Amino acid sequence: TPDPLITEVQDWASSFGDPVDATPYGMPIRFESQVVRRNVEWLTESPVSSINFTPIHALEGTITPQGCAFERHHSGAIELSKPDYRLMIDGLVETPLVFTYEDLTRFPRETRTAFCECAANGGMEWGGAQLEGCQFTQGMIHNMEYVGVPLRLLLEEAGVKPEGKWVYAEGADASSNGRSMPLEKAMDDVLVAFYANGEALRKEHGYPVRLVVPGFEGNMWVKWLRRIGVYDQAVESREETSKYTDLMPDGRARKWTWVMDAKSVITSPSPQAPIYHGKGPLVITGLAWSGHGKVTRVDVSLDGGKNWQEAELTGEAQSKALTRFRLNIDWDGSELLLQSRAVDETGYVQPTKDALRAIRGTNSVYHNNGIQTWWVHENGEVENVEVA
Amino acid sequence: EKLGLGRPALPAEIAAWDVAVLPDGTGLPEGSGDVATGDEVFAEKCATCHGDFAEGIDNWPVLAGGEGSLKDRRPVKTIGSYWPHLSTVWDYIHRSMPFGAAQTVTPDEAYAITAFLLYSNGIVEDDFVLSKENFTSITMPNADGFYPDDRAESEYATFSGEACMTDCAAEVKVTKRAVTLNVTPTDPDGRPAGTLPNPDPVVEAAVAEPAAPETTAETTTAAAGPDPALVEAGAKVFKKCAACHKVGEGAKNATGPMLNGILGRAAGTVEGFKYSKAMADAGAAGLVWSDENLHAYLSDPKGFVKRNKMSFAGLKSKDDIDAVIAYLESAGG
Repeated sequence: TPDPLITEVQDWASSFGDPVDATPYGMPIRFESQVVRRNVEWLTESPVSSINFTPIHALEGTITPQGCAFERHHSGAIELSKPDYRLMIDGLVETPLVFTYEDLTRFPRETRTAFCECAANGGMEWGGAQLEGCQFTQGMIHNMEYVGVPLRLLLEEAGVKPEGKWVYAEGADASSNGRSMPLEKAMDDVLVAFYANGEALRKEHGYPVRLVVPGFEGNMWVKWLRRIGVYDQAVESREETSKYTDLMPDGRARKWTWVMDAKSVITSPSPQAPIYHGKGPLVITGLAWSGHGKVTRVDVSLDGGKNWQEAELTGEAQSKALTRFRLNIDWDGSELLLQSRAVDETGYVQPTKDALRAIRGTNSVYHNNGIQTWWVHENGEVENVEVA
Repeated sequence: EKLGLGRPALPAEIAAWDVAVLPDGTGLPEGSGDVATGDEVFAEKCATCHGDFAEGIDNWPVLAGGEGSLKDRRPVKTIGSYWPHLSTVWDYIHRSMPFGAAQTVTPDEAYAITAFLLYSNGIVEDDFVLSKENFTSITMPNADGFYPDDRAESEYATFSGEACMTDCAAEVKVTKRAVTLNVTPTDPDGRPAGTLPNPDPVVEAAVAEPAAPETTAETTTAAAGPDPALVEAGAKVFKKCAACHKVGEGAKNATGPMLNGILGRAAGTVEGFKYSKAMADAGAAGLVWSDENLHAYLSDPKGFVKRNKMSFAGLKSKDDIDAVIAYLESAGG
């Protein structure tokens, strides 16, 4: 029978839509209301010291819109205006300096796209498959195009003394989250950023100024950045000793595990993105990234890792930024055990969760970059599982 | 080369913002504090979350004990069992605690709380006095428990090289399923929260559209409710309370009791909440949270019900108290 959506004149084809200015700053159309950040309430005791997850199952391409990019706060997202903003550089420098927001806008700028991944992304899965949906298992990640001042230029303006070896960055919020990094990293590719995806940072992402530390764990990307201290040693703050250290099976712990190793995940199909259309052409799409540089290859397995085929990398892979991969298949309607495996430019191949556990045990909390398995059922529903 | 941007930071400004304390004691101010004083300050400022004995309430961090547990299936990572540097304890207390009232702990109080935590962890005796002078003489039990990232040596060779592409495993079986744990947030239809709808639901045409949430209209037009502007102001004031208290649909007890139905309720009577003896006794003696009593309590919690365990200094402004009570009435009925 003829489709009435075609044969009958629809309202929207006859009368007016919204005028300009109906929404001076637009929100997504109401039909996309499920594409929002979500949290897992039992994870934390208070929503002001908590985390939520990017709906990566519902996004495509590589750039994460700020409005649904995951948030992690340690004492809530604060409201700090540009006129009230100050950035101090002190410690082992020739001239301790204070910058206003406007001062920062007068330095030469750089543009850089980078992924920001929480060190705990995937951390709930150390003990086994736990949460249903790649938003929850791998959604502590976002990828934005930043504009800002290289931290190197600000450090050179203050003049780092020869004994200065460590740079400590601290936020203006009540948690005063602070992290130390080696001077070499600070002088390399770190940005003091004030734009993301073409507009000012959103409040929850550190407005007006945050640190962008490409390839390093998200906790170091200090928001509402207020102070850069130069020291001869690491500060060993709470966030780099009691947290963000990786407990190993022998009872000792790794510290300074800053770099996020190569990882990938199929975003669709996945538990929150089941297959509705039945057998036939199926697009398998996902994200891959590496804190060590560019992703050079992503393999996809349909049978739980027995056999692999190379997926297509779309667009130009950028260093320390999200890469999109896709594999188009003709699905015969039978069960699949979907996996993806990223390879980066250093030759590192994303390991299985069991290969990681063989070295790290199950109590290291952070840096779980093991291969994710999705069990696709004949009816198109998808489950988070592990295989062996 | 330099652009001449920015201005020199003044000594008073650096002193105000650069308060970090380093492992070798750099940054410690003059001062001292003993275990007994620390016990008192801890009870007042920290115990609502961390417990009187630093044992941790609900999921708030446990600060004492756990020694020797780091190889266990469920390790207990505390200051005594895990933290390598005492400087971190002092620095974090002084700079970031108490939660929701950061930067209100004086240096002497920070020394005292740190001394108490050392005592709670069995590292010092109960007559110990911690000061700037003896600070670096303390060695934490797990001081040698950390080593710098060695993944480059211990993992990268194993995880590099040619990846297997065909016949990589003989048999593959599902060994674990997330569905058996049932801890994923769900949508009203029982599927994982955020499951995308079918974009071409021809075969599902019979499935009804979810009902639109129209119920709010009724409550906002109800007569004699609190002034909406006051409620809105109260919602902001309530942020001071929200770390410990929940209110509204589905609110549960947390560090503090849930506050639904607080107006007109007898004090100390929320089911399942462990009150201080002082609060339970006050309720038993007839204290009811009338508008007047709530005003008195919120302006001076410690004075109105002596020795109750709410660690909140109170609200100075009557406007704030009016607003927060209006908010509680609105949000929690």
